Amino acid sequence: MLAFIARRLMIAAPTVVLISMLVFGLQKLLPGDPVLAMAGEDRDPAVLEALREQYRLNDPVAVQYATWIAGAAQGDLGVSLRTRQPVADLIAAKAPVTLQLAAMALGFALLIGVPMGVLSAVKQNTWADYLANAVALSGLSVPNFWLGIMLILLVSVNLGWLPASGYVSPSEDFARSMQTMLMPAFVLGTGLAATLMRHTRSAMLGVLRADYVRTARAKGLSERRVILKHALRNALVPVITVSALIFGELLGGAVLTEQIFTIPGFGKLVVDAVFTRDYAVVQGIVLCTAVAFILLNLAADVAQRALNPRLRDAP
Amino acid sequence: MTPLRLSTLALLLATAAAAPALSADLRIGLQDDADILDPDQSRTFVGRIVYTALCDKLVDITPGLEITPQLATGWTWSDDGKTLTMTLREGVVFHDGTPFDAAAVKANIERSKTLPESRRKSELASVDTVEVTGPFEVALTLSAPDATLMAQLADRAGMMVSPTAAAVGADFGLAPVCSGPFRFVERVQQDRIVLERFADYWNADAIKLDRVTYLPIPDTTVRLANLRSGDLDMIERLAATDVAQASADPNLAVMKIDGLGYQGVTVNIANGDRAATPVGRDARVRQAFSLAIDRAALNQVVFDGVFTPGVQPFPPSSPWFDARNPVPARDVAAAKALLAEAGIDRLAVEVQVANNPVQQNLMQVIQAMVAEAGFDVTLQAKEFATLLADQSAGAYQMSQVGWSGRVDPDGNIHQFATCAGGINDSKFCDPAVDALLNAARVMPDPAARKAQYDAANAILSVQNPIIYLYHQPWIWAMDRKVAGFVPYPDGMIRLEGVTRAE
Repeated sequence: MLAFIARRLMIAAPTVVLISMLVFGLQKLLPGDPVLAMAGEDRDPAVLEALREQYRLNDPVAVQYATWIAGAAQGDLGVSLRTRQPVADLIAAKAPVTLQLAAMALGFALLIGVPMGVLSAVKQNTWADYLANAVALSGLSVPNFWLGIMLILLVSVNLGWLPASGYVSPSEDFARSMQTMLMPAFVLGTGLAATLMRHTRSAMLGVLRADYVRTARAKGLSERRVILKHALRNALVPVITVSALIFGELLGGAVLTEQIFTIPGFGKLVVDAVFTRDYAVVQGIVLCTAVAFILLNLAADVAQRALNPRLRDAP
Repeated sequence: MTPLRLSTLALLLATAAAAPALSADLRIGLQDDADILDPDQSRTFVGRIVYTALCDKLVDITPGLEITPQLATGWTWSDDGKTLTMTLREGVVFHDGTPFDAAAVKANIERSKTLPESRRKSELASVDTVEVTGPFEVALTLSAPDATLMAQLADRAGMMVSPTAAAVGADFGLAPVCSGPFRFVERVQQDRIVLERFADYWNADAIKLDRVTYLPIPDTTVRLANLRSGDLDMIERLAATDVAQASADPNLAVMKIDGLGYQGVTVNIANGDRAATPVGRDARVRQAFSLAIDRAALNQVVFDGVFTPGVQPFPPSSPWFDARNPVPARDVAAAKALLAEAGIDRLAVEVQVANNPVQQNLMQVIQAMVAEAGFDVTLQAKEFATLLADQSAGAYQMSQVGWSGRVDPDGNIHQFATCAGGINDSKFCDPAVDALLNAARVMPDPAARKAQYDAANAILSVQNPIIYLYHQPWIWAMDRKVAGFVPYPDGMIRLEGVTRAE
């Protein structure tokens, strides 16, 4: 197992470098001058030139990249061109927010998606299966921003049950933090639940036809035990992979959901940074997200091996 | 209930009634997140809203755009217009306890002029030296007379920061220290900026709030929903199309005032190769374009009649507005005649527009209007940073942009219409306009200045380097519990006298 992890980490390192180059390069291809975006209405040529000098935008791209990656390797991701706050601090401030939203959304998705998937597989081609599929399809089809605004209007404006938006850290006020995160996590989670439901269903259908399940039934085990103990455990393997991928995507920031519920996570930060051409912030976030994504994939592979002994000897 | 309990209850009720339930928190929804909170470095409009509570200025403006005392209680100009002597308010302290005096003013203006990261250099370019002439008196010596200086001192260039705190240099904005009615508590980027009441404020009696929190919420629908759910007390820049709905809500009040700026279509007249089009070369073609637009209908269709149609850089509410140049009625026949005179039957033109629904909607309506006169408009929707870069580089024929406006008229016209103007993306150049606008800059007498602007605008309304369309008002919506708010044409939220009932 350790050799496996070491090998995977060695493949990951060049991937990260490649991603960092891509992000840096692609960003320079974006039309629109960062200095003009920064200067806003104060477009005095002297001001623009001073800004270019200050942020070393006159250097060749290769030199700019080298300066940045050398800093990044030591944990210095530079300062935001817009607010002068260190990018590493910004990421450290946003990471818990995004992590909380991602974890709660995935929680919702698992709580809704996995039981629904199991149910529809077990009751294949019955009304329960059709209903679960219909729910999943609508979860996938309803856009997040629409569901979000509707929920705000219903739950916050009309019923007054939950705050309409904003964010409170759990360490500050746990109950309030949960309240503010409930709607956004639900909105994000419903869409993902549909994906998880479909994966759970097809995995379960495959497993339920397997010989060992028939054997388990023939031994006279209760249906409940057969499904939960024997079938589900194996069916969960692909679901874990999908969950890890989903979680990785969520860590990149749920742009629309964060925008609607004004949650100060990665999504909002990165979108604002792109629009104001705040290169340092975009680069820092994409780099961190890429690293997180790679580590999550690795974690998923490790978890799979733990769950499924047959994979342990595979390279 | 026993008599004792009754009397306790009565006492409690009496106390509650006697204590004015005004000391409160105010939560304000802003359209964007502010950039760095250093008056010398910042560039955003919402940043200025925060400064209104955080940083006092040497002078302020009245709703009628007259200069009024703030940290300077009086000022006089020398006869040659090159020395401005200001008397300063005594007994003022910054939030860190540093006293405000003439030395602090000198340090501040020098910081604005010399800090490498300062964005205020051009605004204070006319100031040569600052001299401390008394503990509470300073004299600013100018290289040449500058009629626009007082208006600059009424904005970020006149904001006074604590010289003690400013010693940290460019990172001052991470924990700003000024002398305004509220002091900085914390900022979480993209989430909130929190200020609390400053007990030693010189005008503390006018401040009825304990705490102000600014929350950036870019989506206008969500901003309004937050106000309606009670999560916010006040929002700025309510969408024109939401005014009817918000006004109908018994819990909300809507307030509106004409702004200082304008929206229009800038025409590339001499900015590179793309200017070589009939619309760039021939003023008659631009005039035809302008005449083909029904500005009143535009306002009704796109902005529910909430905005103000315009053909000048100044809105009708401005003292600099020229009443002799009203919005003309649409005249398709005259537009066609002008095009015919220029030898054109139909003309294809490209107009770039920001890729947001409102501006695109606006340009689509204009596209339909000018088509009747003979213009085949192709719209190029661009993300704003790209649009701006293309406009600056001359990679456009026509460009739909606007200007937020300045208190001094010079700020709305000089840099756009003079040959060497810093944001003259049209590259329009007329020595007569230059002479008028340069002269207006140094004239102390407002009436004489106005005559210059009127004359310049008369030329510009024929040449049309910018085809003006409308003036955007500032629209605020607030909970009925909020009282005492006074709208200003600069769109700021001044908190003096503002109360929030529990």
